[in-house]
Formats: sequence, structure tokens, C-alpha cells
Amino acid sequence: MPPSPSQASQTIAGEPSHQPFGVDAWPSSYGAAALRVEKLHVRRGQALIIRDLSFAIDAGHAVHIAGENGAGKTTLLRAMAGLLPADFSRMQFGADALFPEDMHLVGHREGLKSRLTVWENLKAVSQIMGGASHAPQQILQALQIMGLVSHQDRLVSDLSAGQRRRAALARLIIVPRPIWLLDEPLTALDRAARDLLDHMVGAHLGRGGIVVATSHEPLRFAERQLTLAHAQPGEGLA
Amino acid sequence: MIRAFYAVLELDIRQIWREGSVSLVIAFIFLALTLVPFGIGPELALLRRLAPGLIWVIVVLALMLSLDRLFQGDVDDGSFDQLRMSVLPLELVILAKILAHYCAVIIPMVAVLPLAGILMNVDLQAMPRLMSMILAAGPALCALGAVAASVSVSVRRPGLLTALIVMPLYVPVLIFGANLSMGVDMMNGQTSALDLGLFVMLLFSGATLILAPVASATALRGV
Repeated sequence: MPPSPSQASQTIAGEPSHQPFGVDAWPSSYGAAALRVEKLHVRRGQALIIRDLSFAIDAGHAVHIAGENGAGKTTLLRAMAGLLPADFSRMQFGADALFPEDMHLVGHREGLKSRLTVWENLKAVSQIMGGASHAPQQILQALQIMGLVSHQDRLVSDLSAGQRRRAALARLIIVPRPIWLLDEPLTALDRAARDLLDHMVGAHLGRGGIVVATSHEPLRFAERQLTLAHAQPGEGLA
Repeated sequence: MIRAFYAVLELDIRQIWREGSVSLVIAFIFLALTLVPFGIGPELALLRRLAPGLIWVIVVLALMLSLDRLFQGDVDDGSFDQLRMSVLPLELVILAKILAHYCAVIIPMVAVLPLAGILMNVDLQAMPRLMSMILAAGPALCALGAVAASVSVSVRRPGLLTALIVMPLYVPVLIFGANLSMGVDMMNGQTSALDLGLFVMLLFSGATLILAPVASATALRGV
């Protein structure tokens, strides 16, 4: 499956309401900074989950992290996001160190407040993650793209799993960040939403963004696969 | 960054209101105070003498209940990860959460304390003292509670751990605050010592507001 920046101009079958993917909040290019991870070790409790892992991803590319349950896929993403203590000789984005503010992480736990409405959640996202002043148009655009406009005033606790996942993915649209870490992004998404995600990722890659996604299913947007094995002595990447 | 700080504050206040923690805390205080006269007898003079101290103890216990889950909810639903990847340093996130708890729980709680005072036959003229003392101690109580809550989050099953950690931290505040509030009745007119006490309490609150987020952030980074 050849994923390429040109995906951005495709239209999605069965979803005629979506325009060719354009997001006002996104910059036209993130530049050509590459992501570089060298000699990453991550421990959880006593166990060494990730052992001596090194890889590099160029701007505009996506990598599919595969591996069995417990191989350390989520751990890898969380360590990259700076959420787990990790040892590494280098974690760089372009010429600088990798900062959490460079990245989005969308994971199993959506990070949405269930007692607040979709709109309130996304407003908080734009202010806390973006640090910007309130930008209603951006939120509205994200809701339109994710097909959540009619649900914007519902409590998150009343949404279905797929709708919650869509609301979590709306973060990617509202706050532009060059690196997306997607942990099992296809979970709970229907076919239309999966196409939409492909589309979004394509547009992101077209701007020089980077995507690292874990999945047990094939990911159409990722041309490279990295398989994690259970950390054994002398074994890191298969 | 200031925008993001206010956003965390606003988000948390909204969240606390929707969850109804305030009504729980207030209900707890009134239930406990209602039971007191049954326990110690309906002697008005005795009640009046004990009231400030009792109110303090019950307020502190109620806060322990509400502070227990200060971070747990955020960790469970993943929003804590998002906060850590925000533009705000973790220390400021925690400070915002402490202040949100103060605004959304302590201030409404203090606002209904005059009713509790009537229940306990406290001289109404003494109430403003008691209330201002609790208001002044509030930031310290929330900040110390945040430290305990963040330590217990890193343990999988905290149980009573939060309460055990927070208790010794609360003791000095309780001794200081309750004693000064107790003195109110006896020191009619002699308010200078109380003013000094209030000032010291405010200083202590300020110091904990600076130190607690640092300590709390250190504990939470390991989660």
C-alpha cells in the first residue's frame, strides 16, 4: 500500500461531505526535521521492556509499530512522549531535543473529561495544549471534520466509544504539532472514520509531519513497519 | 502560558462542580455536626466552647475525603497525560488544580459555616474569625493534600495511604488554626494576637503553595 503526501487530495468514498483536507490551524509545512531515537531503554518495574532500540524517521513519513501484546508498543510511545522515565543516548527532533510540546499522543484512554461536554473538552484542549486564546472557529472546523457538530453539547460520558475516539482525534486538528503518536488509532472507529484518519494522516505527512502508530492491523498510511519483540538479551528489533 | 493556566483552573472548577464534591463535603460537615450534640449532650455552654475546635476537625476530615482523588481521576481517564504534554510545566498544572480545589470546595464550604455555627451555638460575632482562619489555612490544606494525593497515585491501591500521609502534615495547621479560633470567645476585644495568627497562617499557606507543587510534581513524574 503506497501512502504518500498526494493522499491529501483524494476524496473519501461514501463521505461526500468532506472537502479536500484543509485545516486552517495547520501550518503549510513543519519543515524537514527528522525524529531520531538512539539506544532507548525503558523499564517498567523490574522488567526491561524496551532494550537498546534505535530508529530514525524523516519528515513526512509514518512508521507502524507492530508486535505482540506486551512487546512494549504503548511503552515506546509513552516513553517518547516523556511520560515514562527512560534511558537513551539521544532523542532528537531536528537539531533539538524532543519536547512533549512537539507531540500529540492519542491512546487507549482518551483524555476527555466525561462530565464535560465535547465542546468544553475541546475548548480546554485548544487553550491548554495550544496555549492560545480561545479559537472557536478551529474547534468548529475540527468538529465538522470529525462529524461531531451535532454532538458538541453532549456530555462525553453519553458518547459511544467511537465518538469519544473521534473527539480525541479532534485534538490533532485543533492544535498543530509535528509528531503524532497514535496508540491503536483504529480501535472503535468505523469504516468512514478509518478513511478519515487515513486522510488526516496523509495531509499531516504532506506537510512534513511525522506519525508513529501502533496497531495489530495493517495501517494504510505507514510505509515502514517496526516490529518490537519481547526484550531478550541482545535482541531489540526484529 | 497564562491562558493555559487559567484554562486548567476553569476546567477543574467546572469538573468539581459537575461531580458535586462540594455538596458531599458540606453534607459531611453538617451530618457530623448534627451528631455532636447527641454524643456530648445538649449543654449549650459546653457546645459553644468546643465548637470552633470541632468545626476545624470536621472540616479537615471532610477535605481529606475530597482531596483523595485530586489526581486519580485525571490519571484514570488519560487527561493527566495530556496535561503533561501541554505547554504548562507540571508544577503549574498542579498549582492550578490546588487553586481550583480551593475556589470550588473551600470557599463554598466556608460560606455555609455560619449555619454550622448556629447549630453549635457559636457566638455569631466570633464566626468571621473562624471563617477567615479557615479561609487563610485553605490553600495550605489543599496544597498539603495534593502532595499526599500525588504520592498515593503512584501506588496502585492507595487505600488509607493518602489519609495517613496527610494527617501529620495537617496537624500543625489544625493546632494553630483551631487554637486561635478557640481563643476568640475568651479574648473579647483583644484581637491583635489573632491578627498576627492570621498573618502567620497566610504566610504558611503561601509557602506551601510554592513548595507543594514542586514536591507533588516530583512524585507524579514517576506515574
